Amino acid sequence: MALLEIRDLHVHYGAIHALQGIDLIIEAGQIVTLIGANGAGKSTTLRTISGLLRPSAGTLAYDGQSLIGQPPHEIVRRGVAHAPEGRGIFANFTVAENLAIGAYARRDKGGIARDLEWALTLFPRLRERLTQSAATLSGGEQQMLAIGRALLARPRLLLLDEPSLGLAPQVVQTIFQIIRAINAAGTTILLVEQNAHMALQTAHYGYVLEVGRIALHATAAELAASDRVRRAYLGVA
Amino acid sequence: MTKLLQTLVDSIAVGSLYGLIALGYTMVYGILQFINFAHSDVFMVGAWLSFLVAVRIGGQTATVEPSVAKALLVLLTAMVCCGALGFTIERLAYRPLRQAPRLNVLITAIGVSLFIENLGQLKWLFGAMPQPMPRLLPDRPLFALAGVNVNLLDVIVVGTAAVLMLLLNWIVFGTKLGRGMRAVSYSPPTAALMGVPVSRIISFTFVIGSCAAAAAGFLYATKYITLQQPAHETWIRLGLKAFVAAVVGGIGNIRGAMLGGLLIGLIEFFGAAYLSPNLRDVYVFAVLILVLLFRPAGILGRATVEKV
Repeated sequence: MALLEIRDLHVHYGAIHALQGIDLIIEAGQIVTLIGANGAGKSTTLRTISGLLRPSAGTLAYDGQSLIGQPPHEIVRRGVAHAPEGRGIFANFTVAENLAIGAYARRDKGGIARDLEWALTLFPRLRERLTQSAATLSGGEQQMLAIGRALLARPRLLLLDEPSLGLAPQVVQTIFQIIRAINAAGTTILLVEQNAHMALQTAHYGYVLEVGRIALHATAAELAASDRVRRAYLGVA
Repeated sequence: MTKLLQTLVDSIAVGSLYGLIALGYTMVYGILQFINFAHSDVFMVGAWLSFLVAVRIGGQTATVEPSVAKALLVLLTAMVCCGALGFTIERLAYRPLRQAPRLNVLITAIGVSLFIENLGQLKWLFGAMPQPMPRLLPDRPLFALAGVNVNLLDVIVVGTAAVLMLLLNWIVFGTKLGRGMRAVSYSPPTAALMGVPVSRIISFTFVIGSCAAAAAGFLYATKYITLQQPAHETWIRLGLKAFVAAVVGGIGNIRGAMLGGLLIGLIEFFGAAYLSPNLRDVYVFAVLILVLLFRPAGILGRATVEKV
Protein backbone atom coordinates (compact mmCIF):
# COMPACT_ATOMS: atom_id res chain seq x y z
CA MET A 1 0.00 0.00 0.00
CA ALA A 2 1.26 3.44 -0.87
CA LEU A 3 1.97 5.85 1.98
CA LEU A 4 0.01 8.61 0.26
CA GLU A 5 -2.57 8.08 -2.43
CA ILE A 6 -4.29 11.01 -4.11
CA ARG A 7 -7.09 10.32 -6.58
CA ASP A 8 -8.87 12.83 -8.82
CA LEU A 9 -8.23 15.73 -6.45
CA HIS A 10 -9.90 19.06 -7.22
CA VAL A 11 -9.24 22.30 -5.35
CA HIS A 12 -10.92 25.65 -5.93
CA TYR A 13 -9.92 29.12 -4.75
CA GLY A 14 -13.26 30.83 -5.17
CA ALA A 15 -13.86 30.69 -8.91
CA ILE A 16 -10.34 29.55 -9.74
CA HIS A 17 -10.01 25.84 -10.39
CA ALA A 18 -6.46 25.39 -9.07
CA LEU A 19 -6.20 21.60 -9.09
CA GLN A 20 -8.21 19.89 -11.80
CA GLY A 21 -8.24 16.25 -10.84
CA ILE A 22 -4.73 15.14 -10.01
CA ASP A 23 -3.58 11.62 -9.17
CA LEU A 24 -0.40 11.19 -7.18
CA ILE A 25 1.03 8.13 -5.42
CA ILE A 26 3.88 8.15 -2.96
CA GLU A 27 5.46 4.85 -2.02
CA ALA A 28 6.93 4.62 1.47
CA GLY A 29 10.67 5.21 1.60
CA GLN A 30 10.91 7.24 -1.60
CA ILE A 31 11.66 10.82 -2.50
CA VAL A 32 8.95 11.93 -4.90
CA THR A 33 9.26 15.29 -6.57
CA LEU A 34 6.55 17.51 -7.96
CA ILE A 35 7.94 19.95 -10.50
CA GLY A 36 6.24 22.61 -12.55
CA ALA A 37 6.11 26.30 -13.34
CA ASN A 38 4.92 29.08 -11.07
CA GLY A 39 1.19 28.81 -10.47
CA ALA A 40 0.92 25.22 -11.67
CA GLY A 41 -0.56 24.19 -8.31
CA LYS A 42 2.45 22.67 -6.55
CA SER A 43 2.05 24.52 -3.27
CA THR A 44 -1.71 24.08 -3.49
CA THR A 45 -1.16 20.32 -3.57
CA LEU A 46 0.99 20.43 -0.44
CA ARG A 47 -1.39 22.77 1.38
CA THR A 48 -4.27 20.42 0.59
CA ILE A 49 -2.39 17.41 1.94
CA SER A 50 -1.64 19.37 5.14
CA GLY A 51 -5.28 20.30 5.61
CA LEU A 52 -4.85 24.05 5.09
CA LEU A 53 -7.05 23.81 2.00
CA ARG A 54 -10.14 21.69 1.59
CA PRO A 55 -10.52 19.87 -1.72
CA SER A 56 -13.80 20.25 -3.57
CA ALA A 57 -13.66 16.66 -4.84
CA GLY A 58 -11.43 13.61 -4.84
CA THR A 59 -9.75 11.41 -2.27
CA LEU A 60 -6.58 11.81 -0.27
CA ALA A 61 -5.51 8.79 1.74
CA TYR A 62 -2.50 8.64 4.02
CA ASP A 63 -1.55 5.25 5.37
CA GLY A 64 -4.92 3.95 4.21
CA GLN A 65 -6.97 6.64 5.99
CA SER A 66 -8.59 9.71 4.50
CA LEU A 67 -7.12 13.05 5.53
CA ILE A 68 -9.95 15.12 4.09
CA GLY A 69 -11.72 17.23 6.70
CA GLN A 70 -9.00 16.64 9.31
CA PRO A 71 -7.59 19.82 10.90
CA PRO A 72 -3.91 20.52 10.13
CA HIS A 73 -2.73 19.81 13.68
CA GLU A 74 -4.31 16.35 13.53
CA ILE A 75 -2.56 15.64 10.21
CA VAL A 76 0.77 16.65 11.79
CA ARG A 77 0.05 14.32 14.70
CA ARG A 78 -0.45 11.45 12.24
CA GLY A 79 3.02 11.99 10.83
CA VAL A 80 2.84 14.47 7.96
CA ALA A 81 5.14 17.48 8.47
CA HIS A 82 5.25 20.41 6.09
CA ALA A 83 8.12 22.88 5.67
CA PRO A 84 6.16 25.61 3.90
CA GLU A 85 7.06 27.85 1.00
CA GLY A 86 8.96 30.90 2.19
CA ARG A 87 10.12 28.78 5.16
CA GLY A 88 7.54 30.09 7.65
CA ILE A 89 10.12 30.82 10.31
CA PHE A 90 8.74 32.45 13.46
CA ALA A 91 10.87 35.58 13.51
CA ASN A 92 9.62 36.42 17.01
CA PHE A 93 11.12 33.17 18.33
CA THR A 94 14.66 32.04 19.00
CA VAL A 95 16.08 29.21 16.91
CA ALA A 96 15.53 26.81 19.83
CA GLU A 97 11.89 27.87 20.19
CA ASN A 98 11.33 27.41 16.46
CA LEU A 99 12.66 23.87 16.72
CA ALA A 100 10.61 23.18 19.85
CA ILE A 101 7.35 24.24 18.25
CA GLY A 102 7.88 21.62 15.54
CA ALA A 103 7.23 19.04 18.26
CA TYR A 104 4.07 20.76 19.54
CA ALA A 105 1.81 17.79 18.83
CA ARG A 106 4.10 15.33 20.65
CA ARG A 107 4.36 14.39 24.30
CA ASP A 108 7.23 11.88 24.34
CA LYS A 109 10.00 13.97 25.91
CA GLY A 110 12.71 11.40 25.30
CA GLY A 111 11.81 11.04 21.63
CA ILE A 112 11.72 14.81 21.15
CA ALA A 113 15.18 15.16 22.71
CA ARG A 114 16.54 12.46 20.37
CA ASP A 115 15.00 14.09 17.29
CA LEU A 116 16.34 17.50 18.34
CA GLU A 117 19.79 15.97 18.64
CA TRP A 118 19.42 14.45 15.18
CA ALA A 119 18.26 17.72 13.61
CA LEU A 120 21.23 19.52 15.19
CA THR A 121 23.58 16.83 13.90
CA LEU A 122 22.22 17.30 10.38
CA PHE A 123 22.40 21.10 10.69
CA PRO A 124 25.36 21.95 12.94
CA ARG A 125 24.93 25.64 12.08
CA LEU A 126 21.67 25.65 14.02
CA ARG A 127 23.37 24.34 17.14
CA GLU A 128 25.68 27.36 17.17
CA ARG A 129 22.68 29.68 16.94
CA LEU A 130 20.16 28.07 19.26
CA THR A 131 19.70 31.09 21.52
CA GLN A 132 19.72 33.62 18.68
CA SER A 133 16.58 35.22 17.34
CA ALA A 134 15.51 33.35 14.20
CA ALA A 135 15.18 36.71 12.42
CA THR A 136 18.97 37.05 12.43
CA LEU A 137 19.54 33.87 10.37
CA SER A 138 20.64 33.94 6.75
CA GLY A 139 18.33 32.53 4.08
CA GLY A 140 20.16 29.21 4.01
CA GLU A 141 20.10 28.91 7.77
CA GLN A 142 16.38 29.69 7.80
CA GLN A 143 15.78 26.90 5.31
CA MET A 144 17.80 24.55 7.51
CA LEU A 145 15.70 25.66 10.46
CA ALA A 146 12.47 25.06 8.53
CA ILE A 147 13.52 21.50 7.65
CA GLY A 148 14.95 20.82 11.11
CA ARG A 149 11.75 22.06 12.70
CA ALA A 150 9.66 19.78 10.48
CA LEU A 151 11.82 16.83 11.59
CA LEU A 152 10.90 17.58 15.22
CA ALA A 153 7.38 16.40 14.36
CA ARG A 154 8.95 12.96 13.61
CA PRO A 155 7.24 12.76 10.23
CA ARG A 156 6.77 9.61 8.21
CA LEU A 157 5.99 11.88 5.29
CA LEU A 158 7.90 15.14 4.95
CA LEU A 159 6.54 17.80 2.59
CA LEU A 160 9.18 20.27 1.39
CA ASP A 161 8.06 23.35 -0.54
CA GLU A 162 10.82 24.91 -2.64
CA PRO A 163 13.75 24.33 -0.28
CA SER A 164 16.16 25.82 -2.85
CA LEU A 165 14.27 29.09 -3.26
CA GLY A 166 16.55 32.13 -3.13
CA LEU A 167 19.63 30.22 -1.99
CA ALA A 168 23.18 30.26 -3.35
CA PRO A 169 24.09 27.18 -5.42
CA GLN A 170 26.51 25.91 -2.79
CA VAL A 171 23.87 26.12 -0.07
CA VAL A 172 21.40 24.34 -2.37
CA GLN A 173 23.89 21.47 -2.70
CA THR A 174 24.17 21.19 1.09
CA ILE A 175 20.40 21.26 1.57
CA PHE A 176 19.84 18.54 -1.04
CA GLN A 177 22.53 16.35 0.52
CA ILE A 178 20.68 16.61 3.80
CA ILE A 179 17.36 15.83 2.11
CA ARG A 180 18.93 12.59 0.85
CA ALA A 181 20.26 11.83 4.34
CA ILE A 182 16.81 12.35 5.86
CA ASN A 183 15.33 9.99 3.29
CA ALA A 184 18.08 7.43 3.88
CA ALA A 185 17.12 7.46 7.56
CA GLY A 186 13.64 6.27 6.59
CA THR A 187 11.50 9.36 6.02
CA THR A 188 9.41 9.52 2.86
CA ILE A 189 9.64 12.90 1.15
CA LEU A 190 7.43 14.85 -1.23
CA LEU A 191 9.63 17.55 -2.70
CA VAL A 192 8.12 20.50 -4.55
CA GLU A 193 10.70 22.32 -6.63
CA GLN A 194 11.16 24.82 -9.41
CA ASN A 195 14.78 23.76 -9.62
CA ALA A 196 13.89 20.68 -11.70
CA HIS A 197 17.52 19.83 -12.25
CA MET A 198 18.31 19.33 -8.56
CA ALA A 199 14.93 17.78 -7.86
CA LEU A 200 15.27 15.10 -10.55
CA GLN A 201 18.81 14.33 -9.44
CA THR A 202 17.60 13.74 -5.90
CA ALA A 203 14.22 12.06 -6.29
CA HIS A 204 13.25 8.49 -7.13
CA TYR A 205 10.05 9.39 -8.88
CA GLY A 206 8.67 12.58 -10.36
CA TYR A 207 5.43 14.26 -11.35
CA VAL A 208 5.15 17.23 -13.69
CA LEU A 209 2.31 19.58 -12.89
CA GLU A 210 1.00 21.93 -15.57
CA VAL A 211 -1.83 24.36 -14.78
CA GLY A 212 -3.61 22.13 -12.31
CA ARG A 213 -3.11 18.80 -14.07
CA ILE A 214 -0.45 16.11 -13.96
CA ALA A 215 1.14 16.26 -17.41
CA LEU A 216 3.68 13.49 -16.95
CA HIS A 217 4.95 11.11 -14.35
CA ALA A 218 7.78 8.62 -14.43
CA THR A 219 10.93 7.71 -12.57
CA ALA A 220 13.18 10.71 -12.02
CA ALA A 221 15.76 9.32 -14.42
CA GLU A 222 13.17 8.87 -17.19
CA LEU A 223 11.83 12.38 -16.66
CA ALA A 224 15.33 13.86 -16.76
CA ALA A 225 15.87 12.10 -20.07
CA SER A 226 12.55 13.04 -21.65
CA ASP A 227 12.60 15.70 -24.36
CA ARG A 228 9.54 17.46 -23.05
CA VAL A 229 10.98 17.89 -19.55
CA ARG A 230 14.41 18.82 -20.88
CA ARG A 231 12.95 21.57 -23.03
CA ALA A 232 10.44 22.99 -20.58
CA TYR A 233 12.15 22.55 -17.23
CA LEU A 234 15.82 21.85 -17.65
CA GLY A 235 16.54 24.62 -20.12
CA VAL A 236 18.01 22.29 -22.74
CA ALA A 237 17.17 23.20 -26.31
CA MET B 1 4.33 65.92 49.14
CA THR B 2 1.33 64.28 50.75
CA LYS B 3 -0.79 65.04 47.72
CA LEU B 4 1.88 63.68 45.40
CA LEU B 5 2.17 60.39 47.25
CA GLN B 6 -1.58 60.02 47.61
CA THR B 7 -2.02 60.55 43.89
CA LEU B 8 0.72 58.04 43.20
CA VAL B 9 -0.99 55.38 45.34
CA ASP B 10 -4.35 55.96 43.66
CA SER B 11 -2.97 55.98 40.17
CA ILE B 12 -1.04 52.75 40.64
CA ALA B 13 -4.13 51.02 42.05
CA VAL B 14 -6.36 52.07 39.16
CA GLY B 15 -3.58 51.78 36.61
CA SER B 16 -3.02 48.13 37.49
CA LEU B 17 -6.74 47.52 36.83
CA TYR B 18 -6.43 49.20 33.44
CA GLY B 19 -3.46 46.96 32.79
CA LEU B 20 -5.41 43.81 33.65
CA ILE B 21 -8.22 44.75 31.28
CA ALA B 22 -5.80 45.89 28.59
CA LEU B 23 -4.26 42.41 28.58
CA GLY B 24 -7.46 40.94 27.18
CA TYR B 25 -7.65 43.54 24.40
CA THR B 26 -4.04 43.08 23.49
CA MET B 27 -4.00 39.28 23.50
CA VAL B 28 -7.04 39.00 21.26
CA TYR B 29 -5.61 41.64 18.95
CA GLY B 30 -2.28 39.83 18.89
CA ILE B 31 -3.95 36.66 17.65
CA LEU B 32 -6.91 37.80 15.55
CA GLN B 33 -5.92 41.40 14.67
CA PHE B 34 -9.22 42.85 15.72
CA ILE B 35 -10.39 44.91 18.69
CA ASN B 36 -12.79 42.93 20.82
CA PHE B 37 -15.07 45.77 21.87
CA ALA B 38 -17.12 43.38 23.97
CA HIS B 39 -14.12 42.96 26.26
CA SER B 40 -15.04 45.93 28.46
CA ASP B 41 -18.44 44.31 28.96
CA VAL B 42 -16.81 41.16 30.23
CA PHE B 43 -15.09 43.39 32.78
CA MET B 44 -18.47 44.89 33.68
CA VAL B 45 -20.01 41.43 34.01
CA GLY B 46 -17.07 40.51 36.27
CA ALA B 47 -17.89 43.40 38.60
CA TRP B 48 -21.61 42.65 38.60
CA LEU B 49 -21.16 38.93 39.13
CA SER B 50 -18.89 39.72 42.06
CA PHE B 51 -21.71 41.82 43.48
CA LEU B 52 -24.33 39.12 42.92
CA VAL B 53 -22.25 36.36 44.46
CA ALA B 54 -21.15 38.57 47.36
CA VAL B 55 -24.76 39.42 48.23
CA ARG B 56 -25.74 35.76 47.92
CA ILE B 57 -23.06 34.49 50.30
CA GLY B 58 -22.56 37.53 52.49
CA GLY B 59 -26.01 38.99 52.94
CA GLN B 60 -26.67 42.69 53.00
CA THR B 61 -24.00 45.32 53.03
CA ALA B 62 -24.34 46.25 56.68
CA THR B 63 -24.06 42.76 58.07
CA VAL B 64 -21.28 41.24 56.00
CA GLU B 65 -18.10 40.28 57.83
CA PRO B 66 -14.93 40.92 55.85
CA SER B 67 -13.44 37.55 55.02
CA VAL B 68 -10.61 36.60 52.73
CA ALA B 69 -12.13 33.18 52.04
CA LYS B 70 -15.39 34.74 50.88
CA ALA B 71 -13.55 37.28 48.77
CA LEU B 72 -11.56 34.52 47.09
CA LEU B 73 -14.73 32.54 46.45
CA VAL B 74 -16.34 35.60 44.83
CA LEU B 75 -13.24 36.30 42.77
CA LEU B 76 -12.98 32.72 41.51
CA THR B 77 -16.68 32.50 40.67
CA ALA B 78 -16.47 35.73 38.69
CA MET B 79 -13.36 34.52 36.85
CA VAL B 80 -14.84 31.13 35.97
CA CYS B 81 -18.15 32.60 34.78
CA CYS B 82 -16.47 35.34 32.73
CA GLY B 83 -14.06 32.79 31.29
CA ALA B 84 -17.09 30.82 30.12
CA LEU B 85 -18.65 34.02 28.80
CA GLY B 86 -15.51 34.89 26.82
CA PHE B 87 -15.40 31.35 25.42
CA THR B 88 -19.06 31.57 24.39
CA ILE B 89 -18.69 35.00 22.76
CA GLU B 90 -15.81 33.77 20.63
CA ARG B 91 -17.56 30.55 19.76
CA LEU B 92 -20.94 32.02 18.82
CA ALA B 93 -20.10 35.49 17.54
CA TYR B 94 -16.54 35.55 16.20
CA ARG B 95 -15.68 32.04 15.06
CA PRO B 96 -18.30 31.92 12.30
CA LEU B 97 -16.65 35.09 10.95
CA ARG B 98 -13.10 33.74 10.97
CA GLN B 99 -12.83 34.12 7.18
CA ALA B 100 -14.89 37.32 6.95
CA PRO B 101 -13.39 40.82 6.54
CA ARG B 102 -12.18 42.28 9.82
CA LEU B 103 -14.71 45.09 9.70
CA ASN B 104 -17.54 42.56 9.98
CA VAL B 105 -15.99 41.13 13.12
CA LEU B 106 -15.53 44.61 14.57
CA ILE B 107 -19.17 45.48 14.01
CA THR B 108 -20.19 42.15 15.52
CA ALA B 109 -18.08 42.97 18.58
CA ILE B 110 -19.94 46.24 19.04
CA GLY B 111 -23.20 44.32 18.70
CA VAL B 112 -22.15 41.80 21.34
CA SER B 113 -21.16 44.69 23.60
CA LEU B 114 -24.56 46.41 23.28
CA PHE B 115 -26.31 43.10 23.77
CA ILE B 116 -24.54 42.36 27.05
CA GLU B 117 -25.00 45.89 28.41
CA ASN B 118 -28.72 45.86 27.77
CA LEU B 119 -29.26 42.27 28.79
CA GLY B 120 -27.70 43.16 32.13
CA GLN B 121 -30.47 45.68 32.79
CA LEU B 122 -33.07 42.93 33.07
CA LYS B 123 -34.50 42.93 36.58
CA TRP B 124 -33.70 39.29 37.23
CA LEU B 125 -30.10 39.81 36.12
CA PHE B 126 -28.35 42.90 37.42
CA GLY B 127 -31.13 45.44 37.16
CA ALA B 128 -31.04 49.07 36.17
CA MET B 129 -30.28 50.62 39.56
CA PRO B 130 -26.92 51.38 41.14
CA GLN B 131 -26.08 48.90 43.88
CA PRO B 132 -23.65 48.98 46.79
CA MET B 133 -21.10 46.18 46.84
CA PRO B 134 -20.79 44.40 50.20
CA ARG B 135 -17.46 45.03 51.90
CA LEU B 136 -15.75 41.70 51.49
CA LEU B 137 -12.26 42.89 52.29
CA PRO B 138 -11.19 44.95 55.28
CA ASP B 139 -10.50 48.53 54.27
CA ARG B 140 -8.31 49.97 56.97
CA PRO B 141 -5.16 52.03 56.80
CA LEU B 142 -2.23 49.67 56.67
CA PHE B 143 0.53 52.15 57.34
CA ALA B 144 1.13 55.84 56.98
CA LEU B 145 3.96 57.11 54.87
CA ALA B 146 4.79 60.80 55.02
CA GLY B 147 1.23 61.54 56.05
CA VAL B 148 -0.31 59.32 53.37
CA ASN B 149 -2.50 56.47 54.42
CA VAL B 150 -1.85 53.37 52.41
CA ASN B 151 -4.99 51.29 52.68
CA LEU B 152 -4.97 47.55 52.93
CA LEU B 153 -7.45 47.47 50.06
CA ASP B 154 -5.12 49.33 47.72
CA VAL B 155 -2.36 46.90 48.55
CA ILE B 156 -4.70 43.98 47.84
CA VAL B 157 -5.82 45.49 44.53
CA VAL B 158 -2.29 46.16 43.32
CA GLY B 159 -1.00 42.86 44.71
CA THR B 160 -3.72 40.75 43.07
CA ALA B 161 -3.31 42.55 39.78
CA ALA B 162 0.47 42.11 39.91
CA VAL B 163 0.19 38.40 40.71
CA LEU B 164 -2.24 37.85 37.82
CA MET B 165 -0.04 39.78 35.40
CA LEU B 166 3.01 37.75 36.39
CA LEU B 167 0.95 34.58 35.97
CA LEU B 168 -0.16 35.62 32.50
CA ASN B 169 3.34 36.64 31.56
CA TRP B 170 4.52 33.20 32.64
CA ILE B 171 1.77 31.44 30.67
CA VAL B 172 2.62 33.33 27.50
CA PHE B 173 6.41 33.26 27.71
CA GLY B 174 7.11 30.22 29.86
CA THR B 175 4.75 27.45 28.82
CA LYS B 176 4.16 25.32 25.76
CA LEU B 177 0.64 26.70 25.51
CA GLY B 178 2.07 30.22 25.49
CA ARG B 179 4.48 29.25 22.73
CA GLY B 180 1.45 28.04 20.78
CA MET B 181 -0.27 31.40 21.37
CA ARG B 182 2.75 33.35 20.19
CA ALA B 183 3.02 31.11 17.13
CA VAL B 184 -0.64 31.67 16.25
CA SER B 185 -0.21 35.42 16.73
CA TYR B 186 2.70 35.37 14.28
CA SER B 187 0.94 33.29 11.62
CA PRO B 188 -2.08 31.02 12.17
CA PRO B 189 -1.51 28.80 9.09
CA THR B 190 2.16 28.23 9.88
CA ALA B 191 1.29 27.50 13.50
CA ALA B 192 -1.27 24.95 12.29
CA LEU B 193 1.43 23.25 10.19
CA MET B 194 3.50 22.86 13.37
CA GLY B 195 0.70 20.91 14.99
CA VAL B 196 -0.68 23.81 17.02
CA PRO B 197 -4.50 23.48 17.38
CA VAL B 198 -5.32 27.03 16.29
CA SER B 199 -9.00 27.12 17.24
CA ARG B 200 -8.30 25.77 20.69
CA ILE B 201 -5.56 28.37 21.19
CA ILE B 202 -7.96 31.15 20.18
CA SER B 203 -10.60 29.88 22.62
CA PHE B 204 -8.01 29.71 25.34
CA THR B 205 -6.90 33.27 24.65
CA PHE B 206 -10.45 34.53 25.06
CA VAL B 207 -10.85 32.54 28.27
CA ILE B 208 -7.75 33.86 30.00
CA GLY B 209 -8.32 37.43 28.77
CA SER B 210 -11.86 37.25 30.17
CA CYS B 211 -10.62 35.81 33.47
CA ALA B 212 -8.23 38.75 33.82
CA ALA B 213 -11.07 41.17 33.04
CA ALA B 214 -13.27 39.45 35.64
CA ALA B 215 -10.54 39.82 38.24
CA ALA B 216 -10.28 43.50 37.36
CA GLY B 217 -14.06 43.76 37.71
CA PHE B 218 -13.94 42.17 41.14
CA LEU B 219 -11.14 44.45 42.30
CA TYR B 220 -12.91 47.49 40.91
CA ALA B 221 -16.13 46.57 42.68
CA THR B 222 -14.30 46.06 45.97
CA LYS B 223 -12.50 49.38 45.66
CA TYR B 224 -15.39 51.50 44.38
CA ILE B 225 -18.36 49.96 46.08
CA THR B 226 -21.11 51.91 44.32
CA LEU B 227 -21.78 49.90 41.19
CA GLN B 228 -23.55 51.65 38.35
CA GLN B 229 -26.12 49.90 36.22
CA PRO B 230 -24.76 47.79 33.34
CA ALA B 231 -25.47 50.25 30.54
CA HIS B 232 -23.96 53.16 32.47
CA GLU B 233 -21.27 55.14 30.68
CA THR B 234 -18.85 54.50 33.57
CA TRP B 235 -18.20 51.02 32.21
CA ILE B 236 -17.69 52.16 28.69
CA ARG B 237 -15.26 54.84 29.81
CA LEU B 238 -13.28 52.42 31.93
CA GLY B 239 -13.15 49.92 29.09
CA LEU B 240 -12.09 52.61 26.65
CA LYS B 241 -9.30 53.76 28.94
CA ALA B 242 -8.06 50.19 29.22
CA PHE B 243 -8.16 50.02 25.43
CA VAL B 244 -6.13 53.23 25.27
CA ALA B 245 -3.67 51.60 27.68
CA ALA B 246 -3.31 48.65 25.30
CA VAL B 247 -2.70 50.94 22.33
CA VAL B 248 -0.29 53.21 24.20
CA GLY B 249 1.71 50.22 25.42
CA GLY B 250 1.73 48.72 21.92
CA ILE B 251 -1.27 46.68 20.91
CA GLY B 252 -0.47 42.98 20.69
CA ASN B 253 2.30 43.36 23.24
CA ILE B 254 1.57 41.84 26.65
CA ARG B 255 4.17 43.70 28.64
CA GLY B 256 3.13 46.85 26.80
CA ALA B 257 -0.44 46.43 28.08
CA MET B 258 0.74 46.30 31.68
CA LEU B 259 3.01 49.31 31.22
CA GLY B 260 0.30 51.20 29.32
CA GLY B 261 -2.20 50.53 32.12
CA LEU B 262 0.08 52.04 34.76
CA LEU B 263 0.95 54.96 32.52
CA ILE B 264 -2.70 55.79 31.82
CA GLY B 265 -3.45 55.56 35.55
CA LEU B 266 -0.62 57.98 36.33
CA ILE B 267 -1.60 60.44 33.62
CA GLU B 268 -5.25 60.42 34.58
CA PHE B 269 -4.74 60.87 38.33
CA PHE B 270 -1.89 63.35 38.15
CA GLY B 271 -3.77 65.37 35.58
CA ALA B 272 -6.85 65.34 37.79
CA ALA B 273 -4.88 66.25 40.91
CA TYR B 274 -2.62 68.95 39.52
CA LEU B 275 -4.40 70.38 36.48
CA SER B 276 -8.14 70.03 36.60
CA PRO B 277 -10.25 67.12 37.81
CA ASN B 278 -12.89 67.88 35.21
CA LEU B 279 -10.61 67.03 32.34
CA ARG B 280 -9.36 63.63 33.53
CA ASP B 281 -10.72 61.83 30.48
CA VAL B 282 -9.24 64.45 28.21
CA TYR B 283 -5.70 63.68 29.38
CA VAL B 284 -6.10 60.02 28.65
CA PHE B 285 -7.45 60.49 25.15
CA ALA B 286 -4.97 63.28 24.42
CA VAL B 287 -2.24 60.75 25.17
CA LEU B 288 -3.92 58.34 22.76
CA ILE B 289 -3.89 60.98 20.02
CA LEU B 290 -0.25 61.86 20.69
CA VAL B 291 0.81 58.22 20.63
CA LEU B 292 -1.11 57.58 17.43
CA LEU B 293 0.49 60.64 15.84
CA PHE B 294 4.08 60.12 16.88
CA ARG B 295 4.48 56.45 17.76
CA PRO B 296 1.54 54.57 16.29
CA ALA B 297 2.99 51.17 17.19
CA GLY B 298 2.93 52.12 20.89
CA ILE B 299 5.72 52.33 23.42
CA LEU B 300 6.82 48.70 23.32
CA GLY B 301 5.28 47.84 19.96
CA ARG B 302 7.49 47.51 16.95
CA ALA B 303 6.38 48.87 13.62
CA THR B 304 5.44 45.93 11.45
CA VAL B 305 7.79 45.36 8.58
CA GLU B 306 6.33 43.59 5.58
CA LYS B 307 7.70 40.08 5.60
CA VAL B 308 9.37 38.96 2.40
